[in-house]
Amino acid sequence: MATILVIAEHDDGQLKLATLSAVAFAKRVIAEAGGTFDILVIGDGVDLVAEALRSYGAASVLAAERPELKSPLADKHAHVIAEAARQRGSTLIVGAASTFSKDILPRGAALLDAGMLSDVVDVTCDGDDFVFRRILFAGNAIATVKLEGAVKFLTVRAAAFAPPPKGAELSRVEKLTVDAGSLPDFIVCEGREAKVAGRPDSTEARVVVSGGRAIKNAEDFERLIGGLADALGGAVGSSRALVDAGITPNSLQIGQTGKIVAPEVYFAIGMSGAIQHLAGMKDTKVIVAINKDPDAPIFEVADFGLVGDAYQVVPELIERLRN
Amino acid sequence: MKILVPLKRVPDPDTKIRIKPDGPGIELDGVKFAVNPFDAIALEEALRIEEKLGEMEVVVVSIGGEECVEQLRVGLAMGADRALLVKTSESLDSLAVAKVLAAVYRREKPDFVLMGKQAIDDDSNQAGQMLAAMLGVGQATFVSKLELIENNTKARCGRETDAGIETITVRLPAVLTTDLRLNEPRYVSLPGIMKAKKKPLEEMTPADLGVAATSRTKIFKLESPPKRKAGVRVKTVDELVDKLKNEAKVI
Repeated sequence: MATILVIAEHDDGQLKLATLSAVAFAKRVIAEAGGTFDILVIGDGVDLVAEALRSYGAASVLAAERPELKSPLADKHAHVIAEAARQRGSTLIVGAASTFSKDILPRGAALLDAGMLSDVVDVTCDGDDFVFRRILFAGNAIATVKLEGAVKFLTVRAAAFAPPPKGAELSRVEKLTVDAGSLPDFIVCEGREAKVAGRPDSTEARVVVSGGRAIKNAEDFERLIGGLADALGGAVGSSRALVDAGITPNSLQIGQTGKIVAPEVYFAIGMSGAIQHLAGMKDTKVIVAINKDPDAPIFEVADFGLVGDAYQVVPELIERLRN
Repeated sequence: MKILVPLKRVPDPDTKIRIKPDGPGIELDGVKFAVNPFDAIALEEALRIEEKLGEMEVVVVSIGGEECVEQLRVGLAMGADRALLVKTSESLDSLAVAKVLAAVYRREKPDFVLMGKQAIDDDSNQAGQMLAAMLGVGQATFVSKLELIENNTKARCGRETDAGIETITVRLPAVLTTDLRLNEPRYVSLPGIMKAKKKPLEEMTPADLGVAATSRTKIFKLESPPKRKAGVRVKTVDELVDKLKNEAKVI
């Protein structure tokens, strides 16, 4: 039997789809081991998020709402998660592997003296215990692990757990009372960079078009990488080199230390294919590589490779797709 | 002021790891080791703060076997003032590492901790956040910009999140974990190496610090992920579009 608490992630009231992978993980565990799961939504004004999460079979969708919880600050959010886990007697606390969960969940785990596993891609039951598989060494190794302790925290890779279908039955929504006086107050949010609007997030898109070192400046990136992404209704991504050079914002970086994506198609354009980058995209269904160096390592993992200069090939490709 | 910087010994990021055929681990023969790159960034930042503020101390700490002295010497050669080695032969998970670091923190009483956001071997990204919770202090993870403000009582941090840069201020003491773009760590110089030999390096055990360092994570198996097969080369854009449309059926 498992009592699972799924931590929902949202962007100021807009549900992040990766949350559904954590829900899928919970459903998988319950199907095997029995038990129930709750989903916890933390924030200020989270009605829509809670509503959107009612169709997935949770015992309850818990809403912890307070003005102080508007920004996802680790001190307050971890406190609320630990409190909810205590109240519910949760044994598995799970979130999608994102910067949100990575910031907050380990702090929550330590508050409950619980161990944690990051980047889980598989789970099986072994009697009353669980055996997990997780990714490490920049995606170059998969470990089969057990974690001791009554309470366990986890993050799961979205690519490994497909979002579950919606059911007809609706979970009840419960308010989780938060005592404002007990909330820690170490951190203050001063602001967040304005989001680049218009394109889907690379972790949620079916098509991701990603640019590397061959792209010389921000205008070219927008014209070539952005242009191809728009022609396919996809998201844009970038290698570390372009972020370091100030050509793309950090939120576009894909790789070991950036985002992990697994779209249907990934276009790797003008990038060599360093192992740190491959760590972020090698679970993609179809990889397309365009690079003028025929020996670039990216071709070793690409399903379709085209040797050519991005500046010539990509405009031609955009043109061809538009017609 | 005092800053504590944990340094982890990890396989050099440019080496390709090989998994042992017999038992859960990687082949260590011929593997070069390095300071975890994110920890080197943390140390660089601490050294820059020291250079700016003067009168202060940067203490590096590593947890592991005698071989970690190598990475501590690199830290001292970069400019750290003092090193601590907490000796253990056990391979520790993040919770156990955070417990040992909490004990070191209580002994050293630094103004804050600067450490890498993750180690590039086990990629957990947990120890700093766990340490902050155990100490009952604030945290800033994925820091790519750092500024001490209000008479060094707070840190203003730019954090690299999935949604872009978020700016927070956190009260000190705190645990700050560093991301790639915070700085470019300096190279170790020959005079630095000579000086490092004379700097204090103290060894202790978890028991000396009053903590039991045991890991709750048990690795049973380590395997390589399935290899992607190289596909086909196409010659023209038309051929590529045709393959994607009619063969892979993804566009």
